[in-house]
Amino acid sequence: MTLAVEEASGKGLKRPRPMSTNSAIATAARDLDVDVVSAYPITPQTTVVEKIAEYIANGELDAEMIHVESEHSALSAAIGAAAAGARSFTATASQGLALMHEILHIASGGRVPVVMSVATRALSAPISIWNDHSDVMNARDSGWIIAFVSSAQEAYDTVIQAFKVAEDPEVLLPFMVAYDGYLMSHTMEPVVTEDRETVLSYAPKRDYPYKLDPKKPVTIGTITDPNWYYEFKYQQVETMKVALEKFRRADEEFGKVFGRNYGLLECIHCEDADAIVVATTSYATTLKYLINTAREKGMKVGLLRLRLYRPFPVEDFLKATSGVDTLLVIDRAISYGAPVQGPLATEINSLFHSRGIDTKVVSVVAGIGQRAFKDDDAMNMFKLALESRKAAPEETIFYGVRK
Amino acid sequence: MMIEIRWHGRGGQGAVTASEAVSAAAILDGKYALAFPEFGAERRGAPVRAYTRISDNPVIPRTPVTTPDILVILDPSLLHPEYTYGLKPNGTVVVNAKLPPEKIAKILKLKPGVKIGVIDATGLAMEVLKRPIVNTAMLGALVKATGVVSLENTEKAILNKFPGKIGELNVELIRRAYKETVVSEIKEEVLAQ
Repeated sequence: MTLAVEEASGKGLKRPRPMSTNSAIATAARDLDVDVVSAYPITPQTTVVEKIAEYIANGELDAEMIHVESEHSALSAAIGAAAAGARSFTATASQGLALMHEILHIASGGRVPVVMSVATRALSAPISIWNDHSDVMNARDSGWIIAFVSSAQEAYDTVIQAFKVAEDPEVLLPFMVAYDGYLMSHTMEPVVTEDRETVLSYAPKRDYPYKLDPKKPVTIGTITDPNWYYEFKYQQVETMKVALEKFRRADEEFGKVFGRNYGLLECIHCEDADAIVVATTSYATTLKYLINTAREKGMKVGLLRLRLYRPFPVEDFLKATSGVDTLLVIDRAISYGAPVQGPLATEINSLFHSRGIDTKVVSVVAGIGQRAFKDDDAMNMFKLALESRKAAPEETIFYGVRK
Repeated sequence: MMIEIRWHGRGGQGAVTASEAVSAAAILDGKYALAFPEFGAERRGAPVRAYTRISDNPVIPRTPVTTPDILVILDPSLLHPEYTYGLKPNGTVVVNAKLPPEKIAKILKLKPGVKIGVIDATGLAMEVLKRPIVNTAMLGALVKATGVVSLENTEKAILNKFPGKIGELNVELIRRAYKETVVSEIKEEVLAQ
C-alpha cells in the first residue's frame, strides 16, 4: 500500500507531508483562515502556536496573534474575539487548561464558539511535563464539546469539523480537540492537508448572531437571577444533544468532501467479541495495531475507540457494546476517592446501570504521567479483559504502579 | 512489514531531528512512518532516546521501540551493551566511533548475524559543520548501512527542515558520511578472538 490517497472528487492523488500533530493542528487553523489566535506557551502545546506565528509571519495566514500573560487571558481573549464575530482559536495543556478553568465555563455558558486544542499532560504537583488525561478530565463538566483524536491526520480533520459544529447557529458551543502530549504532539507522521477554498466551503465563516457591535449593543453573560439562570443552563443540556447529531453529520459530510471520516466512535471486531477494551487517543492506535495479533492467538476481543467524549454518544456506544458481557475501560486520569476511580469507567458503569444492562465494567488506570505503556502492556489489556469475564475485579486496577 | 529504529544520543546531538528526518524521508518515499522522542527533562548532554517506525500499513503502534531492527548510537560514550536491549537477531547497529567494527562488536556484545555500520561522525561533523552536531552524518551512515530510506529523500527532508546554507552543509555531510561509512557483518570468529 502506498501513501497516496485517492481524492474523493477523483481529481488526482493527494500527497501527504510529514508533520507532527501540533503542526497539523496549526495547519488546520491556517486552512480555516482563523482571524484571531491567542497564545501563551506551555509544553507540549507550544509548537502549535509557534507554527501559527510562523504562518502569520510568512504571510500564509492573515490573523491577529495576541500574546497574553497567562492562559486565563488566552481563553478570555479568544472569547472576546469570537464574541466580536472573529473565528478564534487557542491551544493549551495541563496547568494551562487548569488555569483556564473559570473561563471554560464562561465560553460555554456565553455560547461563544471558540475552538481549542489540548495536548494532554499530567497535572502538578509533583511537576510532570509528560502525558496523561488529568487535564481534560478535570474539564469534562465545563460544557465544552470534547473530542479525543488518535492521529495527526485526525487532529487536522477534527479541528476543521470542530469549527463547523461550534459555529453552527444551532450549536454555538466551544469545542476542545484533545490528543496525547508527546505521544502525538511531537510525533512526526504523514498528513494530507486540504486547500483553503475547499475547507472554507465545508466550514464557512458564519456571522455570529449575537456579536458585540457598538452600533447594536448586546451584553453577553450578564447577571441572571434565580428566575432565569436555570433555563440558560438547561439550554446547554439540550444543545449538547443537538451538537451530537451536528457532529455526526459534519463528520459524514467531511467524508464526502475529503474522503476521510471517523464516526463518533470506532469499533473493531466488536460484533463477535467476548470482551471489549475501551480506549482513546494513542492507546487506541496501539491496541488497534495489536488486536489482529490477539485474534490470531484465538483471543476473541474487540476494541472500542471513543472519539466524541462530550456529548457522550450514548446510543452509538450501547449499540456497539450490545451482546458483550465484559468491558475493560482504560482511563488515563484518576478520580481520587471515587467509588470507581477511572472517570470514563465510572460513566460507562452508570450508563449501563441506568439502562438496566448488566455488562461488567473493569476499570483500569494506566499511563499516569506517561508511565510507559508498551506492546506487551497493550496485550495484557486484552488478556485482562477476557479473564475478567469469569471474575471481574471490583476495584480499579492501577496498572503498572509500584505499590 | 514494519521496520523499527531506536536512536540513542545525548541532548544537543540531534537524535530527535534525525529520527524525524528518517520518518519524513520514508513518507516522501511513499511509506507510512512515525517518529517520536522520549523526552527527559531536556538538557544538553543527557542521554536521549527517540524512535522511528516505517511501515506499509497506516496503523503503527505509538509505543517505545523495545525490539529494534536498527539501532543508531550517536555518541561514542554510549557504546555500552545496556543500549542494545531487544535488538533483533539480524538487526543493524549504526555507531559513531573511531573504532574498528570488531572492537565495537565486542564492546556492545553483539551476536553473529548483526550488521554494523561505523562512521567517525564527530570528526566528519567538525570538518564540514565546524561543530559536533552528528545527527546528519548518522543519517548518511544509516542509509548506507540499511537502505531503509532513499538518500535522495533523506536529503530532501533535511533541506525542508533547514533551508539555505545550513541545509546544504548538512547535505554535504550526509553524502560524505554515506561514502565513508564502513559496513560489515558480525561473524562468529570475530567474537571468538
